Amino acid sequence: MIRVSVDHAPIDIGTELAGIEETGAGAVASFTGVVRADDGVTAMELEHYPGMTEAVLCDLAEQAMARWGLLSAVIVHRVGPMVPGDRVVLVATAAAHRREALEACAFLIDRLKTDAPFWKRETRDGDARWVAARASDDQAAARWTGPDGSPD
Amino acid sequence: MQLLYFAWVRERVGTGEETVEPPEAVRTVADLADWLRGRSAGHAEALSDLARLRAAVDQRFVPLDSELGPAKEVAFFPPVTGG
Repeated sequence: MIRVSVDHAPIDIGTELAGIEETGAGAVASFTGVVRADDGVTAMELEHYPGMTEAVLCDLAEQAMARWGLLSAVIVHRVGPMVPGDRVVLVATAAAHRREALEACAFLIDRLKTDAPFWKRETRDGDARWVAARASDDQAAARWTGPDGSPD
Repeated sequence: MQLLYFAWVRERVGTGEETVEPPEAVRTVADLADWLRGRSAGHAEALSDLARLRAAVDQRFVPLDSELGPAKEVAFFPPVTGG
């Protein structure tokens, strides 16, 4: 089962994880990204490319399903205005055993960061600025790809 | 051809989408950015530094030197920052 959602509504982790557990998996792994408040951010806004975003996330979920033999992959990404403490993204994977679920979950969030067309704008002291991409995110995504561009 | 702009590219251009008919000499995505710079001061500012831009043709990421071919939709935006 693949579930991909890009929506303004708050993310309900309980409902999402209960849904993925119904697949009868022995292992469910999840990652939640939350808006940080520790560096003076008072608000954050997420913009995305409607249509392309969903297609990219579905493609990543399909890759993870095939590579790790998953039973389920869930990617829920919030867009629009948020405040510190709000959940931005939930990635959850279900597999027969923990190693596949954990690795696939890390793959999905690493690749989502570099492959999915989202843009963050943070507000500090009333001043809104677009967030710059980070080289460390490219490095994290690259570890899932071999030197010839194929999966390692 | 439908054009889409996102994040600070959208803000500087002054619109999120527009329809254009580039001349035949515009063959690549970079050619298109060059040509669009002539449309307004906002376009010129948004599309001046190609090293800071990324693009998608028909909703697939492409390098800026890619041929446009029969593209229906081209998007310009900064490097992505989701998650």
